[in-house]
Amino acid sequence: MIQTKSRRVWLAGAALAAVAAGASPAAAQDRAIAFTGARILTMAGEPIENGTLVIKDGKIVAVGANVAIPADAERRDAAGRVIMPGIVDTHSHIGQVAGADGSGPIQPDVRAMDSIDPMSTTIDKARAGGVTTANIMPGSGHLMSGQTFYMKLRKGRTIEDIAFQMKDGAALGGMKMANGTNPMGRSGFPGTRAKSASLVREVLTEAKAYCAGDRKKRDLGKEALCEVLSGERLVHFHSHRADDIMTVLRLKQEFGFNVLLQHGTETWKVAGELAKAGIPVSNITLDAPGGKLETMDLRMDNAGILERAGVLVSIHSDDAIVDSRMMLREAALAVRGGMSRDGALKALTINGAKQMKLDARVGSLEPGKDADFLVLDGDPLSAYSHVLETWVEGDKLFDRSKPEDLLMATGGFGAGSPMEAAHHHWEIAEAEGAE
Amino acid sequence: MMRITGVFLTAASAFALGTAAHAQDVAIRGETVHTMAGPAIADGVVVIDDGKIVAVGRAASTPIPEGFTVLNAKVVTPGLVDARSVVGLAGYMNQSHDQDQLDESAPVQPQLRAIDAYNPNEALVAWLRGFGVTTVHTGHGPGALVSGQTLVAKTIGNTADEAVIVQRAMVAANLGPAALADGGKAPGTRAKQIAMLRAALLAAKEGEAPKPAKKGEEKPGTDKPPSLEVQTMRDVLARKVPLLVTANHAQDIMSALRLKQEFGIDLVLDSAAEAYLLTDQIKAAGVKVILHPPMARQYGEFENASFTTGAVLRAAGIPFAYQSGYEGYVPKTRVVLFEAGVAAGNGLAWNDALASITIDAARVIGLDGRIGSLEVGKDGDVALFDGDPLEYSSHAVGVVIDGKPVSSAVQ
Repeated sequence: MIQTKSRRVWLAGAALAAVAAGASPAAAQDRAIAFTGARILTMAGEPIENGTLVIKDGKIVAVGANVAIPADAERRDAAGRVIMPGIVDTHSHIGQVAGADGSGPIQPDVRAMDSIDPMSTTIDKARAGGVTTANIMPGSGHLMSGQTFYMKLRKGRTIEDIAFQMKDGAALGGMKMANGTNPMGRSGFPGTRAKSASLVREVLTEAKAYCAGDRKKRDLGKEALCEVLSGERLVHFHSHRADDIMTVLRLKQEFGFNVLLQHGTETWKVAGELAKAGIPVSNITLDAPGGKLETMDLRMDNAGILERAGVLVSIHSDDAIVDSRMMLREAALAVRGGMSRDGALKALTINGAKQMKLDARVGSLEPGKDADFLVLDGDPLSAYSHVLETWVEGDKLFDRSKPEDLLMATGGFGAGSPMEAAHHHWEIAEAEGAE
Repeated sequence: MMRITGVFLTAASAFALGTAAHAQDVAIRGETVHTMAGPAIADGVVVIDDGKIVAVGRAASTPIPEGFTVLNAKVVTPGLVDARSVVGLAGYMNQSHDQDQLDESAPVQPQLRAIDAYNPNEALVAWLRGFGVTTVHTGHGPGALVSGQTLVAKTIGNTADEAVIVQRAMVAANLGPAALADGGKAPGTRAKQIAMLRAALLAAKEGEAPKPAKKGEEKPGTDKPPSLEVQTMRDVLARKVPLLVTANHAQDIMSALRLKQEFGIDLVLDSAAEAYLLTDQIKAAGVKVILHPPMARQYGEFENASFTTGAVLRAAGIPFAYQSGYEGYVPKTRVVLFEAGVAAGNGLAWNDALASITIDAARVIGLDGRIGSLEVGKDGDVALFDGDPLEYSSHAVGVVIDGKPVSSAVQ
């Protein structure tokens, strides 16, 4: 699935990852596990009452109401429980991620993976909230702030341990871009929206020439842009205002990249245009509008409007803007705003997987897919339900009954680190400083 | 110009008269009525006449007078009380022209009145109102050692003077890193913060009882009135107005308790992220807590915050309420209804969670004689819902303030 150029870049990482995989706890689960009696929300069909989920070697073996349970399988009674796929967060900043620096507005050579702390408790907290796959992004203070990192929330010590890899070991990620006010105004950065678009067009035009050439003299940034231009590296485009969103569409039309609109605060104003152009949206629902000019028209019914218009919509955390542990709640807020319950759960799982082309592996409970799933004690969209267990590739990596895991689920003394400043902190600080 | 103003005034008066004439005779009937003054009433009715509640009871035994407007809902609660906010001062655009919760020209400014900055038509006031919030304790925010005063307002009204029900509710002080000054200015440390607060209280105390003049000296002048700052701090000392101290780290909370002990002031603890470490001390001090929103982001000063602190305080018998608090970015405010829902999902009993944004919130801000529950004689402030108010996907479907239906939006 991932193409050759990115593979080449990733060879070194892939070799390391192969070593890590050999030593990973996946080997511990050579015996099948069968969860029985659960209400199973597969995201690939109707809910299954009194269903069984069978997993083995980190993969889903079977799921259904009447499935054969291997004789040697460990049986776990999940009566009264709800099982659903792990959450696929299409926009997160867990792991203390950073990307481009202040030296310029366009830095495609910068990789998020080179900044992520795999042992940050923000990752444990996200797992406690049910997140099993996440697109970890640099910020929105640049037109192009670097390569994003698709994280599998395994327990790991190195970036390779938590990389989302395909069979050949190639790790995956997209490209973060942004327009509107966030990348504007600082010294050396664009001063207007037209200038922003112009700078992006310039750099993509230059890359086009590079990509068509012999590429003998390697240019790390342009190599990544070749993947953008060929469509293999997904552009995650931060955009709020309807006119900025339409600028994204124009750029896509001109350069032919694949794009996932990030945030899309005013997508409700142009839902028809997006549906017609087949542009998917990674949406955020917040408790109130405002906080900056571009979010004044934020609406709680945005995701519902997109759903009804036929736009493929996912719901993201933008952690720490929405805490990863509040993603199920965020989906419930989208339901409050008129989205269907089924649509809201899909927006947390299979839709994001499709948007990032990871749906062959994650996003639904189907035989052959990764055994990434959640066990809950009730309706996932209810205030009174809890994620009891989070499983990643057949390993139970969050267990609410363990005190150290519960601490990650609720917070409390020692759950955070005073050394950690959440991503967006600079934006918040800047907003406060602007007073 | 004059003519336009005149026309506007006439129209406004007519509107005011018009609403006063008929909208105050209203009855609300709910499949479940949570009065917060006793058990919930199945098929209950709240009758409001002239802005005040005149009857609450079972529909079967509580007649609705003829001509009253009747509103129906599945679930009825008292109008929600937001125990601490900055709405009306910290506007939703988050631009310099709409941020009035903090003046940074001096670290100690207790004389700044919230009523002189409160904008009742600010979008976020309406946003809270739409979710059932009928009363908000709002005012000066974080960022300075003493940032100014707070007020209590109903979330309706065209002018601050109409909206405000308590002009000076508390004086807001802030401890810890959020109230430190940069660049060699004071206060630069926690110790300096407390030294400056003690000095301000001491100055007010000594000014209260001037020392007798020594021989040969002139009598202490009585012609120069004390500054507004000193006057306000005297009222804090005289317990005419509580000092609301924002403190999150345990050490800052203890500093606030020491201040109370030294000067005998009325202290209300604000935010108090690590309060769960100090339940014995807080209880012994007899201090009420306006707790941070459970969804306050758990980093920086909130690194050790927990979704479960409300449940811990409740179990310890410490009176507390939830607040929407201050947000410096998106979303520009939180909503206490949502926060109580998160608390209810994290160990706080359902009734206690609803109390934390109704009657307990009214108690913490000292207005439980007037708002916070559905009882005869109290203000006709009511919130209507289409289901469990604390459930994420339920909707507010109506809001009544002082007997006037002010929102019927489903949100």
